[in-house]
Amino acid sequence: MNQKTVLQAESLSVGYSKKMIVDGLTVSVSAGEICTLIGPNGAGKSTVLKTIAAQLPLISGNVALCGDRLDTLREKDISKRLSVLLTQKITAERMTCGDVAETGRYPYTGTFGILTDEDKRIVHEAMSLTGAAHLYDTDFRQISDGQRQCVMLARAIAQQPKIMLLDEPTSYLDIGHKLHILSLLRKLAKEQQIAVIQSLHELDLAQKFSDTVICIHNGRAERTGTPEEIFTGDYISALYEIRDGAYDPRFGAAEPSAASGEPEIFVIGGGGAGIPVYRRLHRMRIPFAAGILHENDVEYPVASALASVVITEKAFEPIGEDAVRQAAAVMKQCREVICCTESFRAMNQGNRTLKEQADALGILCS
Amino acid sequence: MEKRRLTRTVLCFAGLLLTACLLFCISLMSGSSQIAPDAVWDILTGHRTDAAASRIITDIRLPRTLAAMILGGGLSVSGFLLQSFFRNPIAGPFVLGISSGAKLTVALLMIAALQHGFVMHSGMIIAAAFVGAVLCMLTVLLFSGKVKNMAQLVISGVMIGYICNALTDLAVTFADDANIVNLHNWSKGSFSGTDWQDIRAMTVLVFTALTGAFLLSKSIGAYQLGEAYAENMGVNIRLFRLLLILLSSALSACVTAFAGPVSFVGIAVPHLMKGMFGTAKPLILIPAVFFGGGVFCMGCDLIARTLFAPQELSVSTVTAVFGAPVVIWIMLHRARERNAA
Repeated sequence: MNQKTVLQAESLSVGYSKKMIVDGLTVSVSAGEICTLIGPNGAGKSTVLKTIAAQLPLISGNVALCGDRLDTLREKDISKRLSVLLTQKITAERMTCGDVAETGRYPYTGTFGILTDEDKRIVHEAMSLTGAAHLYDTDFRQISDGQRQCVMLARAIAQQPKIMLLDEPTSYLDIGHKLHILSLLRKLAKEQQIAVIQSLHELDLAQKFSDTVICIHNGRAERTGTPEEIFTGDYISALYEIRDGAYDPRFGAAEPSAASGEPEIFVIGGGGAGIPVYRRLHRMRIPFAAGILHENDVEYPVASALASVVITEKAFEPIGEDAVRQAAAVMKQCREVICCTESFRAMNQGNRTLKEQADALGILCS
Repeated sequence: MEKRRLTRTVLCFAGLLLTACLLFCISLMSGSSQIAPDAVWDILTGHRTDAAASRIITDIRLPRTLAAMILGGGLSVSGFLLQSFFRNPIAGPFVLGISSGAKLTVALLMIAALQHGFVMHSGMIIAAAFVGAVLCMLTVLLFSGKVKNMAQLVISGVMIGYICNALTDLAVTFADDANIVNLHNWSKGSFSGTDWQDIRAMTVLVFTALTGAFLLSKSIGAYQLGEAYAENMGVNIRLFRLLLILLSSALSACVTAFAGPVSFVGIAVPHLMKGMFGTAKPLILIPAVFFGGGVFCMGCDLIARTLFAPQELSVSTVTAVFGAPVVIWIMLHRARERNAA
């Protein structure tokens, strides 16, 4: 085992009582590293996390925290090595945010749980780090979801763990808070050499903020690897069994599926100008064709997701006669042509030809 | 802010102590025969031994007042523990049927004692009450595993209470009617008829349980964030839950054994104290709830025996009048908070 390995789980089987949910899972997280579990709802991400946190008994396999087997550690020892941030909302009656964050010091205090000045300093530091210091005296029930998550994160930091375990830390948060929380984790992992294991539903963010991604699907870790290895091709669409669209891992964009049927409208696009038109036509459920687009055009991914037909030309090639002929054939079947571009330069002369043909046919929409 | 909190805590405790002293004095003075403050003082310090007045004070009023104080405190702490355990603001020994369960077993014991002609001592009554309380608690727990909803839990508790009360009534109806008056009085809840032997027994029991609860205050604080977080903080959940059940059952059993079922104290006082002290920290709240419950019950008992003197009300009548509005207030308050969120 590597010196820096904080969490080592081998051939882990997790589940509730007799019911196995995920089988044969192997995870290794080192200090300073962020490991993210992704996978569809109900795949067992939370079950895996709960088992690692020793809140569910292991069905089989081994979990080691900083080199010691989980089942040989006492509750108190675990609590000094591992802190959690869970999805369940806490009902903190008459507790200030400070009170909530201070519970992170619980494993370190004596019989009556009285905090020393040092404990208080650690709590304050953690709250400043997450940007929640100004909430110290505010009632926990009176703050927003985003602020609440910052306080809970401060609580988890104040526990001074070797590993932090977070179950969907960004769910219910606005995009600003999502980025705030994940950037903080990144910073914490690097600066304080904490290992982070979390589950996320925001794939685009998982891709950008993780060192390792584990895909939980069909009761096992279907794939494990770097984000670059996981977010390729059609794998994500397969992982989430997407039927009503597709996920583009290059841009982290989810696109719905195209309206079905023969194209009614032909959109001449390029350079991004066509995207709003594609979106509007898609909303109106009007099947349309798009062209002629270079395969490296910014709007190509959107067009290929939303249009029923896309006429393309190879990247960096001028639009050739073949493509124009093909496009003209499709265009003639349409009742209308929308031209979104005004500039026809060397590479897209073909589109000028197309526009002129549409005009001649009298179907060009002005 | 930290300083303000400390000041508030100190002021609240001082206020409670003052009220407790005041109520204690008034309780000793007033009743069917009024005794002047200086006379009370002389009797307590042993300077005067006016036979009649002295007996009223030392054998009747003093034990009764102390009982109201100790049992009221115990009952409130029991309520606080149950509210923490079920994470339900209107949980309490009376609502969850635990008091009624204790009442049933004690009534059965009393009837058995009357029929077989043996003399009960307080230990037997306490043991019977404890058995009843634990049985009811276990039944409620069984339901709490099935129902996740707070309202359903309370309803199942109330229903268990009704069943126990019905069984008690049934037992009383078919029992010998000699001495049944005694049982009847007890089953409505009253602090009267406490003697010094009872005081000794209840002091030992209540203060032992109170110390236990106080030692658990750190874990209770962690448990306020939910079971999963408490577990992550290193709380041994199984042991903690077991201790909490035993302590709250012991406290409410003890109260029921001596004073019969007393309603609403267990629910109302913890909330009043949370509001007053402005905190949920068990380390502060457990003593606060104990004092608050003592003051509350002393006050209610004073009203119960002086309002229509010489006719005495059952203490539950008075505690319900003051306690039930608190429950309504809690529900309205929570509804408002939910809407605000």
